Amino acid sequence: MTIDAATVRKVARLARIAQPEETVEQLARELSGIMDWIEQLGEVDTDGVEPMTSAVHVPMPMRDDVITEGGDPEVVLSNSPKRVGNFFVVPKVVE
Amino acid sequence: MSDLTSLTLKAALDGLAAKSFSSVEITQAHVEAVEAARALNAYVLETPEKALEMAKASDARRAAGTAGPLEGAPLGIKDLFCTEGVRSTAGSKIIGDFKPTYESTVTSNLWRDGAVMLGKLNMDEFAMGSSNETSAWGPVVNPWRTKGGNAQLTPGGSSGGSASAVAAELCLGATATDTGGSIRQPASFTGTVGIKPTYGRCSRWGIVAFASSLDQAGPMARTVEDTAILLSSMAGHDPKDSTSLPVETPDFASFVGKSVKGLRIGVPKEYRVDGMPAEIDALWEQGIAWLKDAGCEIVEVSLPHTKYALPAYYIVAPAEASSNLARYDGMRYGLRADGANLTDTYERSRAAGFGAEVKRRIMIGTYVLSAGYYDAYYLKALKVRRRIADDFDQAWEKVDALLTPTAPSAAFQLGDKSDDPVAMYLNDIFTVTVNLAGLPGMSVPAGLDASGLPLGLQLIGRALDEGTLFSLGGAIEKAANFRAKPQKWW
Repeated sequence: MTIDAATVRKVARLARIAQPEETVEQLARELSGIMDWIEQLGEVDTDGVEPMTSAVHVPMPMRDDVITEGGDPEVVLSNSPKRVGNFFVVPKVVE
Repeated sequence: MSDLTSLTLKAALDGLAAKSFSSVEITQAHVEAVEAARALNAYVLETPEKALEMAKASDARRAAGTAGPLEGAPLGIKDLFCTEGVRSTAGSKIIGDFKPTYESTVTSNLWRDGAVMLGKLNMDEFAMGSSNETSAWGPVVNPWRTKGGNAQLTPGGSSGGSASAVAAELCLGATATDTGGSIRQPASFTGTVGIKPTYGRCSRWGIVAFASSLDQAGPMARTVEDTAILLSSMAGHDPKDSTSLPVETPDFASFVGKSVKGLRIGVPKEYRVDGMPAEIDALWEQGIAWLKDAGCEIVEVSLPHTKYALPAYYIVAPAEASSNLARYDGMRYGLRADGANLTDTYERSRAAGFGAEVKRRIMIGTYVLSAGYYDAYYLKALKVRRRIADDFDQAWEKVDALLTPTAPSAAFQLGDKSDDPVAMYLNDIFTVTVNLAGLPGMSVPAGLDASGLPLGLQLIGRALDEGTLFSLGGAIEKAANFRAKPQKWW
């Protein structure tokens, strides 16, 4: 198994997804199955190959650093799960 | 008014221009067809009032002499596209009841050209799936059934709602998106035409992101010409997407019907995979024969890294997805499940909001990007991706386009592959290479298998050479003379 239960717990924490303990073994098996299948990439000789980070062959366009939109809190907040006035209400970040 | 729903987009636009019927009439006919077809679960949101309002406005524009290229045509929109004031969920519970305050560029372009929206189409959650079974709204059912059978088949995925709606005549055409095959595989499973254009042809702005270096929007419709008409409206440079290509959009429909004489068509030997049904192989041979008859020269080519495309994709796409989907934290919009503290709230919200397949892919993506694994997996996959793109570049020295099957099977039964992620991933074996290389790919219906289900052939072209694909697709469509329609049972 490429991915054991401890790794599943660690990665779930990094991904911020609560993973009930009773599902960890099953998920470890599933993810290992996928990773074992992916391992075949090791067969490809990639020495000296430049990684391909984009499918577009044009340089990244630049624009002026100016505000193009904004100043409309109603639009920004219209889908918020909780709000007070013009603020999002979120759980306490600093104890 | 079923006669109005069975028109091609082109015929409908001609009929509207000739004032044989109004946009309100053809829209009403579609609204009724959509309501009568809820058993297919193709639409996750019907917007009949908006549709009729848009149709009325369209009729007024036509009367005023300001008709656009899609004036009055009712379309379906995949739920991955943000539509202003209209719930957009990407097939996920985590987005909840999200009503965008903006319109995606692609749909804005359609409305600019006069089109009418019938509603939002079902899809795999965040476009992650090949059978539409990962949708929070339940699977879409394929209008096609096997001869004499009544088992429910998948329309494919992730654009299953788009495919099913087009095949069942619940819209004249639909928007869709394709990250690994999500336009072409459903097109093949439903006897419809779908094209994923060159990466950068259509703006990604306002489309919920899955894997940003692979995602591309494209049309699905019932004829090659109809997809060409739609793509000319959907495409175009957009400064709001930094990967949108600053190029002119051709009149793609002008390429349909053009002679394909003298074109060199590559047949990649690596696409003859073990276990592929003989019927698909035979159909491929048939396609080769059709193009030969049309004057094409057939050339065997080699794309040696083909077998590594899917494993590379299942690193690159989840890695990008894990980053893109980090934004769903329950703070500013979407589902929030309150926990003991901030981290607990994040973890509960994401556990409650994401489905199993999306969680799997976020986990894979997080794993391959995590400390100690980045070089071994992510960087390796990017290098393999370069090898795959180089394979195509070498092929383009010898040929103008490639012909392959679209998918390794016909539509399968809902539930058949949902327990085995890797078996499901193999659906995209012939389509995913195209996304990795950023090339255009089209699926054209070419025939029925012995059980009466449609099968498609895929055409792959050089970057920005969709025109050649429309000419070749038109030639295959003409030769195949595919007229079969699903028997109405819904």
